[in-house]
This record gives sequence, C-alpha cells and structure tokens, in this order.
Amino acid sequence: MSRLDPPRINRRSFLSLASLGSFFAALGTAAAGMLRLPNPAVLPGPVRRFKLGPPEQFSPGSETAFAEQNLVLFRDDQGFYAISSTCTHLGCTVARSKDGFACPCHGSRFDSKGSVIGGPAPRPLPWLEVSRAANGDLVVNADNEVPEGTRYRV
Amino acid sequence: MAETATREFLHNLHELPHTVKDACFRLGKTPESEREESQATFHNLFLHIHSVRVHVRTLKPTLTFGLGLMATASFVITIITGVLLMVYYKPSTDLAYQSIKDIHFTVSTGRFIRNIHRWAAQLMVLTVLLHMARVFFTASYKKPREFNWLAGLGLLVITLALSFTGYLLPWDQLAYWAITIGSNIANSPRELTDAIGITKFFDPGGFQKRLLLGANYVGQDALIRFYVLHVFILPLALVTLLGVHFWRIRKDGGLAKPEDPMGGLAEWGGERRAVFQPLATKTYGLMALVKGKRPPVNRGPENTVMSWPHLFWAELSVFMVTVAVTLILSFYYDAPLKELANPAIPENPAKAPWYFLGIQELVSYSAFTGGLLIPVIVVVGLALIPFLDRRPGGEGTWFGTRSERAVFWQSFFFALAVTVGMLAFTVNYGWLRNWFPNIHQLWIIAINPGSLLVLIFAVWSLFILKRKDSVRLAAVSLFTCFLVGFTILTYFATVHRGPNWHFYWWPSQWPVH
Repeated sequence: MSRLDPPRINRRSFLSLASLGSFFAALGTAAAGMLRLPNPAVLPGPVRRFKLGPPEQFSPGSETAFAEQNLVLFRDDQGFYAISSTCTHLGCTVARSKDGFACPCHGSRFDSKGSVIGGPAPRPLPWLEVSRAANGDLVVNADNEVPEGTRYRV
Repeated sequence: MAETATREFLHNLHELPHTVKDACFRLGKTPESEREESQATFHNLFLHIHSVRVHVRTLKPTLTFGLGLMATASFVITIITGVLLMVYYKPSTDLAYQSIKDIHFTVSTGRFIRNIHRWAAQLMVLTVLLHMARVFFTASYKKPREFNWLAGLGLLVITLALSFTGYLLPWDQLAYWAITIGSNIANSPRELTDAIGITKFFDPGGFQKRLLLGANYVGQDALIRFYVLHVFILPLALVTLLGVHFWRIRKDGGLAKPEDPMGGLAEWGGERRAVFQPLATKTYGLMALVKGKRPPVNRGPENTVMSWPHLFWAELSVFMVTVAVTLILSFYYDAPLKELANPAIPENPAKAPWYFLGIQELVSYSAFTGGLLIPVIVVVGLALIPFLDRRPGGEGTWFGTRSERAVFWQSFFFALAVTVGMLAFTVNYGWLRNWFPNIHQLWIIAINPGSLLVLIFAVWSLFILKRKDSVRLAAVSLFTCFLVGFTILTYFATVHRGPNWHFYWWPSQWPVH
C-alpha cells in the first residue's frame, strides 16, 4: 500500500468519517466564533492627553510630578520634556529616588533621564510628546513616545 | 366504606415520618450487616464514588495525611462562603471596595464569613501543594495513575488561578496592582518579541493582555472579567476536573499501594494476620472493568475493611479538622483589606500573597522568564514525570525504592545551597543590567538567576540519573530541587524583600517613608 494506492474504504465508513468530521468542524468553528466575543473589538480608555498648565508656571531647572497622569515634567535650559513614570517592566508607578527613579514592585532602577541602570526593566522609561494647546497651556500626549533627548521649546 | 378510608388515612398520617424517611433513604436504617453496609455505600449518590471495601493501608493516616481530602474540604468551604459573599459583593470599580467594607463592618457575620472564605482558600493552596508532594514521594503517579497526576496538576493551576482572581475583587491597592502586574506578565512575551523586533507581526502578549483586561487600561472591563472567572468559569472547571480526579482514583484501583503478599502471615494495621491465596481469577463483572491490580475479591477479608463505617469516619474527621482549623484562624485573624485602589501610586513594597511571592522574586529578574517561561517549564516538567519514570516500584510507600531518602536529602541540601547562594550573589553583586547597562534584553531573558537555577537543577538531576542509574531517583532529585527552590524563594521574598524590592534582613529595618 502506498499513497498512490490507498486501502479501499467502504461507503458506510466513508460517510461515518465524513459526518464525524463535519461535526467536529462545526464544533470548532462554533467555539472559535464564541471565543471571538471576549476579544475586544474596540479598546475603551480615557484620553491620555493632559493639559498641564501655562509654561510660565514651571521655572527652568524644575521638575514636577503629575501623579494621576503618571508622568514627570522637566524643564531645563533647552526646553520642556516629559518622562512617563509607568515602569516598563510590569507597569507599576516609579518614584523619584536619589539617582533617578526606582520601582517599588520589582526593583527596576532608572537614571534621571529614564535609562535603565538596574533591575528587570527591559526598556528605558518613555519620553512623551510635549506640545501646546490653543490657549497656550502645555499638553503632554502620554500615548505618543518621542526619542530620548527631545525637548519642546516655548 | 368511608370508615376504612378514614382509618387508612389516619394510619398513613401516623406512619408519615417513617414512610418519608424510607422514601428518602433507600436503606432506611443504620446498616447492621456487611451486606447492608455495602448497600449504604453504593445506594447513596454521594457515597457511591467510594468502593465498598477499602484496603487497610489506605486508611493509615501517615500514608496521605488526608491532604487531598483537606483540599477538597476547603474548596467546599470556599464555595459555601463564596456564594454567601456574592449576596453583598458588587463587581463595580465604584462599589466593590465599599461592598467589602460593608461585608466587614455592617453585614451580620459578614466579617467572619469573609475571613473563612479567605482562610479556606489559603488552606486549599497549601494542601494542594502538599498533596502533590505526597503523591510524588509515595510514587503514586505511576501506571495506571499517570492521567490522574495530570488531572491533579490541572487542579493545582486552577486553584492558583482562583486565588489570583479572588484577591483582585476587593479593588483595593493589592487588587489594582496585582491586576496591573498580572496582565503585564500576560503581556510579557512582548519582551521577547520586542527584543527580536517582530511585535508588529506577531504579538501573543498584547492579545493575552487584551483578553484579560478587555481594554487598554485596568478598569471596569477587567474587574467584571475576573469576577466571571472567579465565581463561575474557574469553579465550574475545578468541579468538573475534581469529579474526573475522584472517578479516576476509583477506576485506577484506589490509592496506590504495594503489592499484597501472597499467602502466609503478614502485617496489616499493626497486627499479624493470615493472608489467603486467591482461589481463582474470579472477579465481579463490574469490577473487572477497573484497571490495575485485581480488586481484592477472594483474597480473604483480612486486608480490607468495610468503607462504611471505617473510611467514612476517617473522611469525616478530616473534614472536621479542616473546618476547625479554618474557623479558628478566621476567628483570630482578619482577611486583609488595603486602601482603596489608587492608580497613581502602588504600595511600597507591593507584595503578592505568599504563594505568588516566589514568582514575584523570579519576575524581578525578568518578566517573561520569571512570569511565564519558568512556570510553564515547571508545569510541563511536572506533567512529564509519570511518562518519563515508568518503572514500577515504591507505589504507596514513602520513599519506597532504594536510596530514595538519601537522594532526597542530598538534593535538599544541594538545592538549599544553590538557591541561597544564587540569592546572596544577586543581592550583593546585582545582575547583568547593573554591570552592562546597554546589554541586549535577550541576554537578560536568557541568563538570569531564575533561568540559571532551573538549569542547575536540571543538570543536577541528570547527574543523579547517570550516577544512580535510576529515572525515579532523577525525578526525586528534580522534584526536591523544585520544592526547595519554591520554598526558599517564597520565604526570601516574604521576609527579606522590602521597599523598592531591596534586600533587608528584617521588615523592622525598612525605612520609614
């Protein structure tokens, strides 16, 4: 018996196999269809563009933590930049430490520019896009990452 | 005519308590002969999963310590108390925390019931783990019980999932940050796909996270999903698999036990009794369907006893002990409730419940390796045990084969030294990221204290395999290493990890902030 010469199968077994096959195919399709339901079609979520106030409010060399927005806004002599304070490891909120940022959950450590200096974090803390709203307020878009070192000049 | 009907009616009325009782209980009286005792067992839906007679060995408390039954008992307790808690609990991010406070402070007996639910759950996790260790060290997973080992492993995973989804529901700080961390562990395959740059095309992590959270942030969608899992899907899965687990115990020939001696005198239950030679290969028709060793028909009554009452008394006492332990703990120790969930700031340190702290320590080396890869390797490794160690021997006896005890102690001290050494090294010198800040993430995923521990344990068990020339002993060494590693990591993360996951000798040294 080779593949070119398969064993003969009688009509009854063929039909049984075919009906069993269609049963399982239907079952699988139904299961797959049902499993589509818990996979969200849209991802609801709050808008993550935050108005942080007029630029004059932040003096050069200052840093301001926005706890609810999970970001820290810096101003140095080159301009503004914002660093996310959500740990890139498993999403805890990092806190300011002596040498930068430290994560309370699993001990990731970052320097004050967000680069990883220890612990399990796989990536540096993201720098976030800073811009201005029509009324002149600073706006940080927490969904948009910008390359490290990007400054926003007022 | 009317006269007789009235009399009959009055007579029936008078007999009512008896007739109702007879209708409910098929035997209707306390069994007096062995025949009636067997009827009492197999005429009752809840008892008939037991065989009518049990081997005296399986009743010996030190064989099982009743651990599996204790896990079952605590599960029953969590079901009952869980349904009671559902009366007041509201799965909404605005109301969940308040409803738990209500249960604690206002609802009559609410605080006690919630404590019982929590303690029974903790006891269940503990006894399931110990039960697994018992089954392993008594070699009870061997043929024909391989499948039941797998079923038990499934039950362990479901138990852990039930505990995890359970402590998310109060929507306190523990809950919120546990969901955040848990869903990001589900997301952690991204660590790997990011590192090799294929996330755009293949993103299993993102898919798992979306499935768990139902949104891209931790909120109402996530809470209701975990609620459905906790109160319906997981308990249903557990009950189903538990049914299969029990059924297979029976069909696989009861608890594992060594072959009975044939003929002569033998020790049974501390006494020397005669053992009869089986007459012929006569078996009862139905019992012949049972795989494994022949049921003890014609083997003489001396090595088995009637399940009613012996086994049932034993089971009842285990139930009573479990209930008593749970009640005492619940009376003195309240289930914790932290502050209301605050998405802005986690607790410092943010620690999981004890059974996940070992994983939390591993996760603090690498999210993907510690949170997914190692747990999967451990579960797959445990699942393979009965299929790789197939030589019969030692069933139903603690450390039953030659030099098992010695290998156990060698592996115990080996794993102790390696785990403690690895932790001490990591605490003192840090790891790759501290030495080479720009190192590629793939290196950290592959080489970290967790993956090294797994590797060293695997090499150790291969060494035992070569040296002792026994698969069972290799399995013993690996399982012992796993137990010791799990325990040390859990202990270490519980006691010696403090704020920012730094090392401290004692929690009293934690800085005040």
